[in-house]
Amino acid sequence: MNILEIEHLRKQFGDREVLSDISLSVREGQVVSIIGPSGSGKSTLLRCATLLETMDGGSLKYLDRYAVRDTGSGAEYASQAELKAVRSCFGLVFQNFNLFPHYTVLKNIVEAPILIQKRSKEEALQTARELLAKMGLSDREDAYPYQLSGGQQQRVSIARALAMSPKILFFDEPTSALDPELTGEILKVIRALAAEHMTMVIVTHEMAFARDVSDHVIFMDGGHIVEEGEPDIITNPRHERTIQFLNRFN
Amino acid sequence: MTLTSMILKMSEGLGRTCAIFFLTLLFSLPLGLVVAALRRSRFAAVRMLTRMYISLLRGTPLMLQLLVVAYGPFYLFGMSVSRNKLVPTIIAFALNYAAYFAEIYRSGIESIPQGQYEAASVLGYSRGQTFFRIVLPQVVKRILPSITNEVITLVKDTSLAFTLAYMEMFSIGKQIANSQSSFMPFIIAGVFYYVMNLVVAFVMSRFESAMAYYR
Repeated sequence: MNILEIEHLRKQFGDREVLSDISLSVREGQVVSIIGPSGSGKSTLLRCATLLETMDGGSLKYLDRYAVRDTGSGAEYASQAELKAVRSCFGLVFQNFNLFPHYTVLKNIVEAPILIQKRSKEEALQTARELLAKMGLSDREDAYPYQLSGGQQQRVSIARALAMSPKILFFDEPTSALDPELTGEILKVIRALAAEHMTMVIVTHEMAFARDVSDHVIFMDGGHIVEEGEPDIITNPRHERTIQFLNRFN
Repeated sequence: MTLTSMILKMSEGLGRTCAIFFLTLLFSLPLGLVVAALRRSRFAAVRMLTRMYISLLRGTPLMLQLLVVAYGPFYLFGMSVSRNKLVPTIIAFALNYAAYFAEIYRSGIESIPQGQYEAASVLGYSRGQTFFRIVLPQVVKRILPSITNEVITLVKDTSLAFTLAYMEMFSIGKQIANSQSSFMPFIIAGVFYYVMNLVVAFVMSRFESAMAYYR
């Protein structure tokens, strides 16, 4: 079953087309990594998929719910109510965490499930504490974000996303703001999620990690998908541009 | 007239001074938020009108605005001038201070990183929930020092109510100064304002430390 289906996505900033004819589908339990140079459109693709940017053409579908339909000449967004339902399908982990600084760790995690998903306070608290335990942060539930290291903040933001029980979780360069040691912490968490068959789409510059953890790897450049396939395209790229890009990592 | 009786007489006006002060804050703080919202409206006409409002109220003297509110209805529409001076005083003060507060709110709102809105959006917060739960609390913390400045100015501005012969503390002082040919009432008024502002500064610093639990 496809959790996410994107067809012929087109996005432009002014006259400049930053994403051209991107099609991508993600099956349940699949881990997809998107790699490529800066400015290749990876993050914009993720931002379109999470409704943070509007797309100019193509369609976007979660399970059997259309968020955006292709009208041929453009993209037609669903009603606000429908988009709200669509938003509950996915979670997003940001490069710079974007935790709410005025909330404790625990409140960062429980507020949305209680407020948006109308879950009971007890249930939300229980879920949050289980997630914090999984993230190794049980003793920090009363801390404020500024009191945490970058790695800890990122783990809280992963817990915050997971607390909404998303069907699919997006990561937008989740380790780019972290030093190598803290990067390891986060990669370990994502690996553990992959082992539990969490459906994930990960934009990353960690090539070795992408090769190990993914079922499918997409290489983007200049707003196009240049090459995609099994994770071994990272070790054995075929396309000229992919070879050139990956050479810098070896 | 003795010093004590001067002080006592002027103290009688302190209630009115405080009335101007608190009523102005009561109305202008929320009104400023509304003006700030209109200033960021998606309709260009609304944005332009709001900018004109702010520009006019910040660009002309409060004293003139008091006169316009109190006597404008008479000159424009022939309406009778009310004997109640508190209402026009509060209207003029609230409209004036709302313009200043609106710009302070705006600076605070614009300083909140886009990522906060994006995180809230992905979690499914509505626009209203995002603003009142995520943005506004952080804005309040950031703008408190600027708000303190305005509140201190407001304490001193209450003396402008003499324009409408609303007999607050300073107006009474002026009257005594005239009748007694004495400078003493002005010194007393100065002490009163200074002490009130010590209290304001103390209260506001308490607010600031109450918000210092996060960064």
